[in-house]
Amino acid sequence: MSGLVRVAIIGSGPAGLSAAARAAQLGLSHVLLEKTDHLSDTIFKYQKGKRVLATPERLDLRSDCRFGEAARETILADWDADAAASKVEVVYNAEVVEVTGAKGAFEIRTAKGDTIAAEAIVLAIGTQGNPNRLRCPGNDLPHIIYQVDDPEDFKDRHITVVGSGDAGIENALGVAEEALENRVTILNRSKEFARAKAKNVADLTEAGENGTIDIRTETQPKLVEEGWLTLETPDGDERIACDTIVARLGSVAPRAFVEAMGIEFTGPDREAFPKLSPTFETSVPGLYVIGALAGYPLIKHCMNQGYDVVEFINGNTALTPADEKDLAAIFAGLPQEKSVSEWLDFLRARVRIFADVSPLQMREFMLDSTVGFYRQGEVVFEKGDPGSSLFAIAEGHAEVEVAPGVTVPIEEGSIFGEVGLISGRKRGATIRAGADSIFVEVSRTAALKLMAAVPGAKRAIDRISLERQLLQIFKGGLTVEDLAPVVEGAEVVRVPAGKVVLTEGDEGDDVYVIRSGSMVVEKDIGGKPIFLRYLPAGSYFGEMAVLSGEKRNATVKAAVGSEVIKLTGAGFKAMLAARPQVREATEAAVAERAAMNGFIESRKASYASAVDLYSDTASFIMKEGLGEATDALLIDENLCVGCDNCEKACADSHEGLSRLDREAGKTFAHLHVPTSCRHCEHPHCMADCPPNVIHRGPDGEVFMEPGCIGCGNCMRNCPYGVIRMEATPPPKPGLLSWLLLGRGPGPGEPSPKWTKKRLGEEKPKKIAVKCDMCKGIAGGPACVRACPTGAAIRVSPEEFLSIARLEEDAG
Amino acid sequence: MASLFSGKILRRRARATQTERVRERRHEGFLRYAGFRWAKISGGLCLLVIVSYALIDVQPRPNGGSWYGYTLGTVGALLILWLTALGYRKRRMTRDYWSLKAWTSAHVYLGLSLIVIGTWHTGFQLGWNVHTLAWALMMLVILSGLYGVIVYATLPAALSNNRDQMTQMQMLEAIRAFDRQLHAAAQPLGAADTAPVLAALEEDPFAGGIRARLTGRYPRCATAAAQRALAAATGGEAEARAKVVALLTQKQAALARLRAHLRLRALLEVWLYVHVPLTFALIAALSAHVISVFFYW
Ligand SMILES: Cc1cc2nc3c(=O)[nH]c(=O)nc-3n(C[C@H](O)[C@H](O)[C@H](O)COP(=O)(O)OP(=O)(O)OC[C@H]3O[C@@H](n4cnc5c(N)ncnc54)[C@H](O)[C@@H]3O)c2cc1C
Ligand code: HEM
Ligand code: HEM
Ligand code: SF4
Ligand code: SF4
Ligand code: SF4
Repeated sequence: MSGLVRVAIIGSGPAGLSAAARAAQLGLSHVLLEKTDHLSDTIFKYQKGKRVLATPERLDLRSDCRFGEAARETILADWDADAAASKVEVVYNAEVVEVTGAKGAFEIRTAKGDTIAAEAIVLAIGTQGNPNRLRCPGNDLPHIIYQVDDPEDFKDRHITVVGSGDAGIENALGVAEEALENRVTILNRSKEFARAKAKNVADLTEAGENGTIDIRTETQPKLVEEGWLTLETPDGDERIACDTIVARLGSVAPRAFVEAMGIEFTGPDREAFPKLSPTFETSVPGLYVIGALAGYPLIKHCMNQGYDVVEFINGNTALTPADEKDLAAIFAGLPQEKSVSEWLDFLRARVRIFADVSPLQMREFMLDSTVGFYRQGEVVFEKGDPGSSLFAIAEGHAEVEVAPGVTVPIEEGSIFGEVGLISGRKRGATIRAGADSIFVEVSRTAALKLMAAVPGAKRAIDRISLERQLLQIFKGGLTVEDLAPVVEGAEVVRVPAGKVVLTEGDEGDDVYVIRSGSMVVEKDIGGKPIFLRYLPAGSYFGEMAVLSGEKRNATVKAAVGSEVIKLTGAGFKAMLAARPQVREATEAAVAERAAMNGFIESRKASYASAVDLYSDTASFIMKEGLGEATDALLIDENLCVGCDNCEKACADSHEGLSRLDREAGKTFAHLHVPTSCRHCEHPHCMADCPPNVIHRGPDGEVFMEPGCIGCGNCMRNCPYGVIRMEATPPPKPGLLSWLLLGRGPGPGEPSPKWTKKRLGEEKPKKIAVKCDMCKGIAGGPACVRACPTGAAIRVSPEEFLSIARLEEDAG
Repeated sequence: MASLFSGKILRRRARATQTERVRERRHEGFLRYAGFRWAKISGGLCLLVIVSYALIDVQPRPNGGSWYGYTLGTVGALLILWLTALGYRKRRMTRDYWSLKAWTSAHVYLGLSLIVIGTWHTGFQLGWNVHTLAWALMMLVILSGLYGVIVYATLPAALSNNRDQMTQMQMLEAIRAFDRQLHAAAQPLGAADTAPVLAALEEDPFAGGIRARLTGRYPRCATAAAQRALAAATGGEAEARAKVVALLTQKQAALARLRAHLRLRALLEVWLYVHVPLTFALIAALSAHVISVFFYW
């Protein structure tokens, strides 16, 4: 490569390609470096025929390349044509391995050893990273592949899958499909499949038992040859026939590569992104980062940024970002007249948690937020309302109603609503505007991103939320000052599911507050652990020992992965000493808990079987993950006649797809937990949704708003396997015409056969489908309404396991 | 009867039609629904009919044609139409609040009250005519309904125990898996031994007809036959045969589970194939009855 280019673009995904096209249109000397032999590898690797979605809809596309909702093939073909039409200089098979130098004179080195000199660099390598390769001899042979696009491509072959994570297991199950007649082996270096989801492990074990997959544990590849693979097993080496090796060994995230260039990140967490200026410039001048790597995973964002960044590099400072009009709409309802950037500066100056936020980040957070003007006295939210968003006070102040008629002010610049943010539970108090005020409401996802990206914001939110949580638990006139001794020594501890926090009979006087997750309290009665109580987030435990000075009188363990705040006994005592009222209230609560324990113990003697059943039922429910549920479907199999009317009702209430699988799932003592969403307190499914369409609704329901792009992340992240990727079936004839004339497939989800016949060649897009708790349906959950026998009910674990249940059973 | 619809329930219902979700604490079956509300209503209704029949001196004699008879007949006919509407309610997923459990509860108890309402309407004048056909059909529908309630109350627990957390698909898959293993294991066997195994492999788990389905007895089961034949066989390949016999025994256990599952499901459903067609026959006979009494009265 000769000469110095004005801008070198690394990575030809939607971001890089759009940047290169702009550079070409502007006549800048440029080069687009791509690792593979085609453009846009991430999209190239989507499943064949996948419909690529163009969200967010309201955002305009600003790029020299075309993009709109279409099949993967159409989009890739368009881009090839657009790149050629713009005369983009692409170099394929040019994997960049090192960047040195500084603005005006960067030097880029590729894996092949070529070097390119550039004045500026746009880094658009996405977040896919590089797959880890096999480490044994022969690892460069072409029959080793790193992903399976379509299991149907493999027929009648010897296939060995290396890797024991979800990806490996899913691929192995895919190619082991009976009709394909492959002979499939999966290798696992260790004994257990510890990294994979329980569902996948169960399916794999079953396939192993059925003989469709040969599972080899404690086995590794030793030598790869054409048609053969030598294995290192506990009983010595073994050579097996093997035509294809699927290596699923995870991938190296690009972060180390990016950091090696000197680019700083916002923090150490996995969620962190490179620090960027409003023009996408990193901490290294002249080096720009855009696209998924910059934290913008949607194709439209990527393409717009490609266009913008090259305009910025070319000296266009007047360019307003494409999201300007969306931001303007967010600020439109406010009484003052300000431009978007004035508003953003105003917020950053006023609100403490925004102080460390960069202007670019601020734009993004605001897109996920709303700003509202509230008249004095207007209610922002009521106690008991569901909601997980965070509010910040930009102007005016808020009043918290701590008791009827008693309010406490929250000052300008501070925040409120943070408890729902952390625990996902309902609002703990009613909040009103104390004066005419401007409040910013930040969605939970945006707030979590903010905390991950800006350490200062995280510290401020953590401290405020701990103080407020304590104030709420220990009422009685406690002030923030009283809390100082407790808060100073407080420590946040992560507890994995099942781990014991307190052991019965141990010494200790620390007090714990559950910040997120939930705990179960058990006591050893007659040599058997008996379930005493379920503690949801926001409760506290360990206080009995502090007050009595005795040993722990019960064991407390995490029902699900949780976070507890550990307060020292000494600090806690100091707090109680300062406020006798608080001491009294705490003692009363302790007495109540002790009475309940006493009740269970006394029943254990006379009604052992009822107490055992109660306790075993509780353990079963916790084991099924209902400890993190807020609302779950439970079927009593003493009543269920297997009519599946619940599934039919669900399908008929929602575009024809059932969101529950009645028969699947575990059962204990005729209590059955069907496969259906539990509306988790901390929904795992929300973790990684590119268009951010999974939300919690006003009744606590976790639902998807329109805009799902069908990437399947939520399905993989949900540990309970309740999300389906499905296409909406075509509408069917009405009920009467089925009843009277026999037209259509009848109530419930139509059979795939019927759907296929209806649709013919048309391939509708598959999107994520899950229970939305019949959101917006006035009558409530259809599954429950439609059960003829009363077998199906929806419960919250807290109420379901209340002591009243035992009282009814054991008098 | 007002206390049966206590204010609390009405309020809860009103709330449920707004936005708040009702989360229940306990399971409550349709028979026990709301503290046997419909059993009480229906029992009261029957009592009212019996007592008033005894007290009111209808002239010339109690009969469907008296004003009293007309009243009971009309109530009975309306009830029948409403009872039939259950089939529609069950499938019509409107968005307002209703509970099919409450409907079933009312259906069962009010359905039973027809025994009294319908019979007392006739003034015990039964004979061989179209009128009595309607009465007889009604009684048959009620009897089949009674059978339904009994199986609904007794079989679900057995269904649950038998499936032992497996789904029907998984049961089928388990049988297919044994078939695959049998196929491989039977390769070394001689021709005489192979034939019964092949027959077992070709067996359709769903075959056997309605009788087998309902009794759970499959006398011509090819898997059982193969197992018997091979267990009794002698001669070469004893080791391979022992393996096949073991697999056949396992497959039989899997088949037994699936068959018990299908049997219980069939028992839970089959009566509806009597209940519903007879309902329509009843409605036809009843229409004939009503028309005839208007013509020939
Ligand atoms: C299954 C799936 C479905 C999705 N569906 C949608 C959808 O429907 N709609 C939507 O808007 N978004 C969707 N997304 C998200 C979207 O595809 C990505 O976020 C987007 O492609 C990111 O674009 P990018 O340009 O930043 O990076 P990428 O598209 O990841 O492109 C990076 C490019 O850089 C190359 N590269 C990497 N490292 C180097 C190197 N060292 N040297 C040279 N080149 C390198 C890669 O080969 C690749 O071609 C989906 C994602 C997945 C995984
Ligand atoms: C529950 C539904 C009903 C059943 C099971 C039923 C059954 C009978 C029977 C068995 C008789 C006696 C017939 C006889 O005298 O030999 C009878 C008489 C009669 N029924 Fe009904 N009936 C029903 C509903 C009705 C209705 C809705 C009406 C009118 C609208 C009606 C009007 C009459 C009359 C007028 C007679 C007297 C006929 C006579 O004496 O010949 N019945 N009914
Ligand atoms: C003349 C009186 C009756 C009529 C006309 C009638 C009619 C019906 C109809 C039409 C259905 C709907 C079936 C379906 O669509 O699946 C039904 C269901 C049912 N009936 Fe009746 N019925 C009567 C009496 C009874 C009685 C007396 C009982 C019980 C003692 C009973 C018990 C049931 C039960 C348990 C169901 C099933 C509910 C379900 O699973 O959804 N019925 N009946
Ligand atoms: S989809 Fe899964 S992770 Fe998400 S709320 Fe439901 S059960 Fe929890
Ligand atoms: S609550 Fe509604 S969406 Fe959820 S499973 Fe029941 S019927 Fe389906
Ligand atoms: S509707 Fe009720 S009885 Fe029917 S399958 Fe569902 S839970 Fe069982």
